Amino acid sequence: MIILRILVLGVALLLATGPAQAQISDGVVKIGIMNDQSGTYADLAGPGSVVAARMAVEDYGAARKGLKVEIVVADHQNKPDVGSSIARQWFDADKVDVIIDVPTSSVVLAVNQIAREKNKALIVSTGATSDLTGAACSPNAIHWTYDTWSLANGTGSAIVKTGGETWFFLTADYKFGHDLERDTEAVVVKNGGKVLGKVRHPFPTADFSSFLLQAQASKAKIIGLANAGADTTNAIKQGAEFGIVRGGQQFAGLLVFLTDVHSLGLEKAQGLLLTESFYWDLNDQTRAFSKRFAERHRGAMPTMAQAGVYSAVLHYLKSVEALKSDDGPKVIAKMKELPTDDPVFGKGRVRPDGRKIHPVYLFEVKKPSESKGPWDYYKVRATIPAEQAFRPMDQGGCPLVKK
Amino acid sequence: MATVKEYAGAAPAAVASAVPRHQIVAFLAMLGILLVAPFFVYPVFLMKALCFALFACAFNLLIGYVGLLSFGHAAFLGSAGYVSAHAAKVWGLPPEAAILLGTAAAAVLGLVIGALAIRSRGIYFANITLAFAQMVFFSSIQAKFTGGEDGIQAVPRGTLLGVLDLRQPYTMYFVVLAIFLGGFLVVYRAIHSPFGQVLKAIRESEPRAISLGYRAEHYKLLAFVLSATLSGLAGGTKALVFQLASLTDVHWTMSGEVVLMTLLGGLGTVFGPVVGAFIMITLEHSLAQIGSWLTIVQGAIFVVCVLTFRRGVVGELARILRKPL
Repeated sequence: MIILRILVLGVALLLATGPAQAQISDGVVKIGIMNDQSGTYADLAGPGSVVAARMAVEDYGAARKGLKVEIVVADHQNKPDVGSSIARQWFDADKVDVIIDVPTSSVVLAVNQIAREKNKALIVSTGATSDLTGAACSPNAIHWTYDTWSLANGTGSAIVKTGGETWFFLTADYKFGHDLERDTEAVVVKNGGKVLGKVRHPFPTADFSSFLLQAQASKAKIIGLANAGADTTNAIKQGAEFGIVRGGQQFAGLLVFLTDVHSLGLEKAQGLLLTESFYWDLNDQTRAFSKRFAERHRGAMPTMAQAGVYSAVLHYLKSVEALKSDDGPKVIAKMKELPTDDPVFGKGRVRPDGRKIHPVYLFEVKKPSESKGPWDYYKVRATIPAEQAFRPMDQGGCPLVKK
Repeated sequence: MATVKEYAGAAPAAVASAVPRHQIVAFLAMLGILLVAPFFVYPVFLMKALCFALFACAFNLLIGYVGLLSFGHAAFLGSAGYVSAHAAKVWGLPPEAAILLGTAAAAVLGLVIGALAIRSRGIYFANITLAFAQMVFFSSIQAKFTGGEDGIQAVPRGTLLGVLDLRQPYTMYFVVLAIFLGGFLVVYRAIHSPFGQVLKAIRESEPRAISLGYRAEHYKLLAFVLSATLSGLAGGTKALVFQLASLTDVHWTMSGEVVLMTLLGGLGTVFGPVVGAFIMITLEHSLAQIGSWLTIVQGAIFVVCVLTFRRGVVGELARILRKPL
């Protein structure tokens, strides 16, 4: 009996010392916000994401809880080589514990690879490729806000069901565009629609004329824009000059952010259907958060990407505190274990494949006459519940969840 | 290229059989710094600078010693990067074979482009090389194996010759250093050989070199191919260091950057391109925060350099010391 008791005591001691060994590296939790600070995707994430991250750190009360948090920012210029060298340096030399945000799917996959190799954490909010929770899924990464599958599932199926059965794709020629096109085409075909053609444009592009003429010549009812940011708004603006909408064709912006609608203006954007997981005017909580955000960001309301950064930083810090460690894969595992709850997305959770789930909304852009003021742009057409809004885990082909 | 006549180092009258002492001192100083540097400075940064230093040395061979301003050297750097990355990732070749294959690809490309480009001179030569480089750029966007905007990602570094594990940063660093030194010495040997003397003669006056019986076209082509090959060596190595081959390396701005590096360090000097590359990479590194404004800073530096010290950093130093560096 005594031997047994000693054994139990020993095991208990071992278990007790376990968590004590884990700790915050260098006493600081260092968060790296990496995005496009000045280019095509600067408005929809950019400096606004940094504002959101700082708000999250303050709202979490990190200082009060004795947690030292530092935020560093870098501009990856949407180039995989720039992004990967920043990531390498952050992890190797600058002691960054987690990289958050990361628009541009080609950069996302490059950084994902490095985070895994260096055993650090990555939380993607703005980047869209659904491969991050599919073939490229990793125990070091979480995909937070939305992905190409959820966009296709929202906008794509809604449009086919309301009579837009013939499609022509205008696709940004890189990972994100390819994935968005692939996921949307699958939805279109599944719902009985037809894809008449597609054209790929360089990323980024200022002149869409030749691509728009091809789209016009295809006679497809719907011109699906598998691009984002300034590319999307440029295509829609130039499309108006070619009389595409007057000619009876319609644009489907497969990824449209609030800031894109803002820059297009309601006159041009009215009637667009779009899928987002966040809008500032959804409920009291989102309104309160967005008002505070706008005060700190030159009056601009947050996009879903920026709101996602806020939510991600909040949950990351919560998990670090619970774990008392900022070790990459351990925090990611803890984040998957703890339920999420924040003013942005409400209650949710992170699936084992790294997909954060929450409800996703299908919005329609208001007519100028319906809008009550600046930033009053969307009305909710449908709410897709969290469990249906994202690709089912068994269809992604993520090696982490394969039995 | 009349302006190139005002180059820094006085060409030794006789073929230098013995290396001047001050150059040995300078070389040893460089070697010493590079040997201890990784223990104080971030190794990946140094590796990047070394790759660019080799690239600039290769470029300098052409502009500094033959007087040919190529505006398309990115084609060699980038395409070698793509070939090496593809060989290492898809074909699973060991790193030494991948780098050699990339270098060989750049050599072949150099032979094709060079054979056509050296028929013209001056601004026409620059334009033709630029045109070819743009062709390579657009092929890289369209070709399947280059991955377009995404590039070739997650290239495995592998183990060199089956013994050296290149995933270790220091091992990788010293391998890159060895490659750089090899390339540097090849350039040094080339410009201090009878071959190099002929190149300089062609630079000073091509008709006179021809009238002396030298087949200028052959010499120019050989120098062009050598330069392309060494650029390819730099590109292949760079792809393994960053485990990535991307469009940045074939873009025309890269061709411009190498001109700037060489000019800043000192055109037609042995150590100039190395110094120029380190200055430029340090600038890029420390000013990364300002994003695309960097181009404006680089432009300003270019203007200042051309207006105030045309010989470049090392060139001016050589003038003060009255010794070719």
